[in-house]
Amino acid sequence: MKKNYDVIVVGAGPAGSMAARYAAVQGVSVLMLEKDRDVGYPVRCGEAISKAGVEEFIAPDEKFIASHVWNFSMTSPDGTEVTIPLEQEGYVLERRIFDYELAKSAANEGAEILTRAYVYDLILEDNRVAGVKYEYRGEKHEAYAKVVIAADGVESRVGRWAGLKTHIHFSDMECCVQYTVSNLKVDPNTVYFYFGSHVAPHGYFWVFSKGATTANIGLGISGTVGKKRSALSFLQEFMEKHHPEASVLTQIAGGVPCSITLEKISAPGIMLAGDAARQVNPLSGGGIASGMIGGSIAGRIAGESVKMNKPDHILSYDKAWADRLGKRHETFDRIKNGIYNFSDEKFNSIAHSFAKVSPDKRTLGNLFRTALFNNPSLLIDVAKVFLK
Amino acid sequence: MSEKKLRMAKNAKLMIDILPDKCDFCGCCVGVCPDDAIELKEAEIYIIDERCTNCAKCVWSCPIEVIKFNKDGVYEK
Repeated sequence: MKKNYDVIVVGAGPAGSMAARYAAVQGVSVLMLEKDRDVGYPVRCGEAISKAGVEEFIAPDEKFIASHVWNFSMTSPDGTEVTIPLEQEGYVLERRIFDYELAKSAANEGAEILTRAYVYDLILEDNRVAGVKYEYRGEKHEAYAKVVIAADGVESRVGRWAGLKTHIHFSDMECCVQYTVSNLKVDPNTVYFYFGSHVAPHGYFWVFSKGATTANIGLGISGTVGKKRSALSFLQEFMEKHHPEASVLTQIAGGVPCSITLEKISAPGIMLAGDAARQVNPLSGGGIASGMIGGSIAGRIAGESVKMNKPDHILSYDKAWADRLGKRHETFDRIKNGIYNFSDEKFNSIAHSFAKVSPDKRTLGNLFRTALFNNPSLLIDVAKVFLK
Repeated sequence: MSEKKLRMAKNAKLMIDILPDKCDFCGCCVGVCPDDAIELKEAEIYIIDERCTNCAKCVWSCPIEVIKFNKDGVYEK
């Protein structure tokens, strides 16, 4: 096994693969380590993303698109449903194929990939990260690198070992569980969201179709709710009530860190990307596109730093991320906090008001304006992120 | 038992169990653990006894109820 690399990436999800690719494309040597046996599996994700979010990094291909999304449906606690046509197409992905393709795109630029390679510690030298220690098929190895990019997901332990504060407050952790089910009827071009204390308090319940008879059905609730009741119990109740006919193909749990980005996402010798850096959109909980963006910026800057032989250049990553998306996520976070404590009555009244809006005026921006009409400062935030 | 009381039990006997047979290895608990006290590999998970302060955040954040207080603690979920 090779001992020295320019860049080592920990984790081969979308953020890790993009970090590896954007570093490798500059001609520097890259090793990407993945703890699981397969890239892209197990899938821990609702798998919805905007078309634009995909296109920035890979040409959309039907082999990893389970369905094309044109409509957003919101159901309030009393069962009122409002449907909003999306201004931009979305996809529900097959992540196991999508992630694999992303990893391939990194490999095609020259990145080496090892799966079943579990990073259990960092090598620290002179107060900087100098490499990783990992287990690969029962044997311990060490590898040195000029830059380590930690894209190790929601756990984000690698950053901790470097002294970064990565642990997330449990109220910001959306604790999720999802079934992929078959034998149910849903519109293949609509993503469904359900709100309210009986389905997903301090979170939402989703039904993302993957074709005419298959869907990802799941929910996320805040850790504060989880104190009293688990996500799984909400899911079981919903399925019994709404889709008793459905057969469950898989069950998966997962955590989505719905907060603003960590205060520091780089330190000497190390950068964080994706869920590990808390680069998830805190309002939607979507993290595929933002993770790829974070990873690509990290990879680009890591490669530049190696080529210029300027180790401190990686510290410019924090600002580059903030300018591209980090500040926008702060706006999303304020909106999230504005709607976080909405009562069932409030969700009902939003749905009732919005049901009166003529279909051509139904946009996500207008929905949030309806929801936050008596909160002027947040209306400005809504305008910032939803209106162009 | 309140969070504060549990904190007082720092360095006391480990009161939290993860049921590995039921675990999905999703990492929620690891992300919220303030003490980096949970080891998670591909399909292996355990609490690092000497780091755990019984703060219970992992219990609350587990989506599928596989982290519990053991008989020395209190079942909350």
